Amino acid sequence: MKDDPFSLWVYLSQSPLLWLTVTLLVYATTDAVSLATRRHPLANPVLHAMWIIGAFLLLTGTSYTSYFAGAQFVHFLLGPATVALAVPLYENRKRVVASIVPMLVALLAGSVTAVVSVVLLAELAGLPRDVVLSLAPKSVTAGVAMGIAESLHADPSLAAVAVILTGIMGAIIVTPLMNRTGVTDYRARGFAAGLAAHGIGTARAFQVDEIAGVFSGIAMSLNALVTSFLVPLAVTLLVR
Amino acid sequence: MLASLGVILLCQLIGEAVARGVGLPLPGPVLGLLLLLVLLLARDRFALLARGPLREAGVETASKGLLAHLSLLFVPAGVGVVQELDLLASHGVAIVLVLALSVIVTLLTTVLTFRLVSRLLRQQDAR
Repeated sequence: MKDDPFSLWVYLSQSPLLWLTVTLLVYATTDAVSLATRRHPLANPVLHAMWIIGAFLLLTGTSYTSYFAGAQFVHFLLGPATVALAVPLYENRKRVVASIVPMLVALLAGSVTAVVSVVLLAELAGLPRDVVLSLAPKSVTAGVAMGIAESLHADPSLAAVAVILTGIMGAIIVTPLMNRTGVTDYRARGFAAGLAAHGIGTARAFQVDEIAGVFSGIAMSLNALVTSFLVPLAVTLLVR
Repeated sequence: MLASLGVILLCQLIGEAVARGVGLPLPGPVLGLLLLLVLLLARDRFALLARGPLREAGVETASKGLLAHLSLLFVPAGVGVVQELDLLASHGVAIVLVLALSVIVTLLTTVLTFRLVSRLLRQQDAR
């Protein structure tokens, strides 16, 4: 070892290897904890990995840009994973086709509620206009929401944060909330999770039940489509 | 395994190209999903397609491997919160409350609509 450990740190903290390793190891740990608590909603692996890594970056004074240079390899897989949702959809196609009508009605009701409720509540809370616009697409997956925010001249990185916060809160709350409503139909429960909380809700749904996961994946894909049309319309009608 | 990943990436690539090229508001990966679904359905119809990664559940296994760790893929974007700490310090409580209420209302509306419609349909069938 050379005499200057600091220069080694400077070298490593700028390399993608360190941050990719940190992301995988921290997640492996939070996921193991989640498994040990039999997938308790509050032990959500994304939530805990997020704040642990975030705190680590702040403590070491590392910028998000250098972190992302490593973590982008994981982030990239979001696209292929969306394509991969075709497989559970294919394997459960008979059940999906049989539920097409309730799905489409729930899609419309849910998408409208997701956009209108967040815009109205944000206006009521007196949030600044550009924050309201950035929150509007929060129920769709990050890439799509950032695109929508950009087209509205809002803040895409705030939109991404709103998406992740929504996903985590949805994933935490969905199981206890659904148990209270007394709905035992996993098609309906999964569909709601994917519509309100996109991929993080879908990941949660797959932890609970395979059918819930399939319907959640469909809801997430369809909602990305509907919300892209709906947000510009809602914003014109509802935002001062 | 490699060929199966290749098929998944190819579906996404075509999806992105079509979405950008035609200017569809649909995200590329969602088009890719539809494409892979059509490919799997076509394989059952035409024996000619059932080869390479489309034979013996190759694509199926690779896809399930990706989906097994779906949560992990959201971590890098989630850590982006560190960039918004100033905004969260000034409006964080309001933002979190607004998002939490909205997600609860959305979950309830969706699940209850789904159940209501499927019950109505079942009653109609029973008649």
